[in-house]
Amino acid sequence: MLSGLGVVLGVVTLMFALIRLAPGDPALLLVGPAATEEQLAAQRHALGLDRPITAQYATWLGRFARGDWGTSIATGRPVRTMLAQAWPATVRLVGLSLVLSYLIGIAVGVVQAARGGRLDTALSVASVTLFALPGYWLGLMLVMVFTYRLRLLPAFGASGLDADFLPPAARLADRLRHLALPLATLTLVGIGGTARFVRGAMLDVAGEPYVAVARSKGLSETRVTLRHVLRNALIPVVTLLGLSLPALFSGAVFIEAIFAWPGVGRVLVEAVQARDYPVVMAATAVSAVLVVLGNLLAEALVSWVDPRAR
Amino acid sequence: MRGEARRLLRDGRALAGAGMLTLAVLAAVLAPLLAGDPIAQGDIVATRFLPPLTTDPHGGFHLLGTDRFGRDVWARLVYGARISLGVGALATGISVVVGMAVGAAAGYWRGWLGAALLGLTDFALALPRVVLLLLLASLWQPSAGLVIVVLGLTGWMTIARLVHAEVRALAGRPFVESAAGLGARDLRILLRHILPNALTPVIVAAALGLGNAILLEAGLSFLGLGVQPPTPSWGNLIASGRDTLINAPWVATAPGVALVLVVVAATLLGDAVRDRLDPGRV
Repeated sequence: MLSGLGVVLGVVTLMFALIRLAPGDPALLLVGPAATEEQLAAQRHALGLDRPITAQYATWLGRFARGDWGTSIATGRPVRTMLAQAWPATVRLVGLSLVLSYLIGIAVGVVQAARGGRLDTALSVASVTLFALPGYWLGLMLVMVFTYRLRLLPAFGASGLDADFLPPAARLADRLRHLALPLATLTLVGIGGTARFVRGAMLDVAGEPYVAVARSKGLSETRVTLRHVLRNALIPVVTLLGLSLPALFSGAVFIEAIFAWPGVGRVLVEAVQARDYPVVMAATAVSAVLVVLGNLLAEALVSWVDPRAR
Repeated sequence: MRGEARRLLRDGRALAGAGMLTLAVLAAVLAPLLAGDPIAQGDIVATRFLPPLTTDPHGGFHLLGTDRFGRDVWARLVYGARISLGVGALATGISVVVGMAVGAAAGYWRGWLGAALLGLTDFALALPRVVLLLLLASLWQPSAGLVIVVLGLTGWMTIARLVHAEVRALAGRPFVESAAGLGARDLRILLRHILPNALTPVIVAAALGLGNAILLEAGLSFLGLGVQPPTPSWGNLIASGRDTLINAPWVATAPGVALVLVVVAATLLGDAVRDRLDPGRV
């Protein structure tokens, strides 16, 4: 919990330092190149840039902690409202993809470790390829096939334009259809990494003495694999789940940008492209908070799976 | 070392990975011999959107077709390899140097310095890398140089952790203690006696990191925040094919396939080296 707060504090501090380091005087940007020295000084004073750096930092921290993130330069809307509307979409996409890619990835890894042979080799090739796929490219390829060729699934946004006028059942179907391609993209890329890791963890555990004992007790091979090998192999897998959250979130940034999914990632990318600093700062901080919360969740899961960690 | 390399190449994965990487590097280095100008636009009307394996009215053959400006996709692909592989390799180089320095210092000088460096490593690991990259790309002008530095400075943590563990394990070994007993200074002990013995896991992590760095460079360039057109990089090639997915799907497909093959190659090579080091895990 404390270390999580430390990470968020660190991110906010890092952003403060980076803005100070970056080229370009924000006051100059606001007043324009034709401004006089006095106008520039007045603008610097208004922005608080003439105060000592420690005081500026304290104000910065205070504003962040209160959620006072200013207004977007590009849209004129309060940054807080923009992000409040965006984060549930990201959590939905990343959360669902996390669950699906771990369930499928674990299943694939278990089959590989338990069966071995040709099937293992074939699945290894498949998982390395998935692992190497850039999400934004896979997304484009899926759009090419399912949207442009087969005309089956929509490729933009989280719901259709007419979503608000549909009956509940049709509205749900519309949402699911919009979710299909971004979720499939993010999940497919995730499966590769998970399957590779689970296979390795299973093979590590398979050599342990207690597995030999379980087998010598005459337990069936399925029972040995699921109860003795998988159960213990899951401990590092759950730890990986927490560690992989930043990467998953990073992947979601690209996917949201491709599919115009209305989440934090898309807000961030659009803000970066428009040089909309207040939004960039706040979106960075929010993504750090989401990652930290996910890590806490993973820690709780580890202690649930592994009694020794309690 | 040479015998080790030969044994490694007997592993199919290492052979395939090394082979594919060598081909990609050769294509990048020999780009001027393999393809024409990647930027020049000739007779746009006659040569744009030609599908792969066609010859244009001027007699030019296009292995992978042409894009909307009539530029040869193959030429842009091999010249793009120079940027994508070069940026990936340089960024990985920076990560290796920073990671080894941080890991070695943290493992050798425990106490406050080690604790501080480990804390820094854990903090950096918890950051979403792409978000940080986007933040930096928005504050500074995007360029290949910026991408190299930023990717390098955000990719050293795994290496630092591995080196830290190795150095801690090696620091108590008799050959290190005897070097210290003979009066060798700390830096000499680290550089001459400890780090060479901790190199192998670094190679594995660097191979995997290379694939990752290439993917991220392409991602940033795809979003328009990395290497700027008309200079071709695999990322901005994919981006340029995005608008023509319907009538010219080959423009976006070719660089993506190249990207996947190179990252698969780096991963296979890394896997094979790791399994050689750690035969318990096949």
